[in-house]
Amino acid sequence: MVDKIIIENLSLQYSDGTESLRNISMGIPQNAVTVLFGPAGGGKSTLLRCLNRLNDLTEIKASSGRILMDGENILDPKTDVIALRRRVGMVFARPVTLPMSIRENIIYGLELAGEKRKSKLDEAVERSLKLSAIWDEIKDRLDEPASALSGGQQQRVCLARVIALQPEVILLDEPTSGLDPISTGKVEAALFELKKEYTVILVPHSVQQAARTADHAAFFLTGELIEYADGKNLFTNPKQKKTEDYVMGRFG
Amino acid sequence: MEKSLSWPEFIITRLIQSSGYSAILFVALIFFFLLREGLPALGEVDISSLLNFRWYPIESYFGILPLISGSLIVTLGAALIAVPFGIGTAVYISEVAPRWMREILKPLVELLGGLPSVVLGFLGILVLAPFLRVFLNLPTGLTAFTGSLLLGGIAVPTVVSVAEDALDSVPRAYREGAWALGATRWQTIWRVTLPAAKSGVLTAVMLGVGRAIGETMTVMMVTGNAPVLATGLGSLFAPVRTMTATIAAEMGEVANGSTHYHVLFFIGIVLFIISLIVNVIASSVVFRAKKRAERILS
Repeated sequence: MVDKIIIENLSLQYSDGTESLRNISMGIPQNAVTVLFGPAGGGKSTLLRCLNRLNDLTEIKASSGRILMDGENILDPKTDVIALRRRVGMVFARPVTLPMSIRENIIYGLELAGEKRKSKLDEAVERSLKLSAIWDEIKDRLDEPASALSGGQQQRVCLARVIALQPEVILLDEPTSGLDPISTGKVEAALFELKKEYTVILVPHSVQQAARTADHAAFFLTGELIEYADGKNLFTNPKQKKTEDYVMGRFG
Repeated sequence: MEKSLSWPEFIITRLIQSSGYSAILFVALIFFFLLREGLPALGEVDISSLLNFRWYPIESYFGILPLISGSLIVTLGAALIAVPFGIGTAVYISEVAPRWMREILKPLVELLGGLPSVVLGFLGILVLAPFLRVFLNLPTGLTAFTGSLLLGGIAVPTVVSVAEDALDSVPRAYREGAWALGATRWQTIWRVTLPAAKSGVLTAVMLGVGRAIGETMTVMMVTGNAPVLATGLGSLFAPVRTMTATIAAEMGEVANGSTHYHVLFFIGIVLFIISLIVNVIASSVVFRAKKRAERILS
């Protein structure tokens, strides 16, 4: 399988010295779900935020290394960050719909990208809501404020908002941490559909979810990449003691 | 349970209670006093001559329209200056400025808010008015525009500090959501952060306008105090007289109980009602926003 993203010797430290990454190197394959998991403060979210340069807006003390996406270093200061963020979509832990209607939430990114044709926008709304497994629930209320939806629905609208932009990579930072089991199941089911077209990188909110969804899994502990392997192998037959302890629930 | 209140508890409770009630009592007394002194004006002067455009109390011309128009034009001008400038500053402080800059600017703006208005008026007379007279080639620098500029300056700190609080309380996640969709910083501010802080920003505007309407000292010093009915844009660059300045300037020289005296109080009632309206609008906007927030959170 082709690696969509190659991370080379990535290190990063925040100004307040909290969370950091230490010399991470890994390849992230196309059309698969790659799971980054481990206890809190391990650097998973930080890594995600490097991939769409959202860390640019946080205060960072030092960073080094390269992230190659299709062979181009996206950490290069000359990178067009806005264009990058359209290629690399992100869903956050807390579902944050913007203060607009459901439809506007979904077409907002497209409008920012300059799409004006109504037919294209309508098409994108339907397609992305279907892919996020929420179309049937809300197709008649698209003009209502998105804040009126339940948490689980809002999270899937957020996912749809990202899909509407037709990105190449989708980052999900604990997307189901605030959701009930049924909504969680729906989001996970959507991931299986999504990986056919996109490269999906997921920070799960539990080891169980990691095991359920991972094609490839990377275990992070205090800023270091401890082990990186096929999902099947890593959860059933971990090579490292620390990974085994965490997967078995001995700590974390 | 009532009985279990000990003596000190009882006294403290009553003290707090009575200080709370007294606030209401004072407002009621002020309003009552205003009505008692101002309403007789309606009996002594016809409504039609009150709603006239000539204010010349010595010859019994009590037309208050020029005063109302004077207040409105100065306040409107002040709002036109204070609102964009204040909101712009608030956006800069909360969204754009680096942290060290924010820590300098915020206290500075609040300090500006505490500046006595007589000091600003002094600066207005000595610096701003002569400058405007020369720069705009006017017969006098003491105009409605001069007042608007200074009042705008007085209202800006109020607008900035309330609007900045509102922007600051917009969750960071909103901004990150927009950034992650490929919005630029400016697009995020315009389409996401400002709409999310809308009610707080509206409150800021209302409070700023309220501050400008009630301001007396500065306008009295710099607007020239000619009670001329504002007729158009040209009036902005001519002397005007506001309601507050009229009361402040004439109350000391008026015979107690005379018609002039009652009319001045009547102007006070009008002013009271105007600022009441502004405040009610402001608080109803806030109230609605609160209710919506409760509905979302529940």
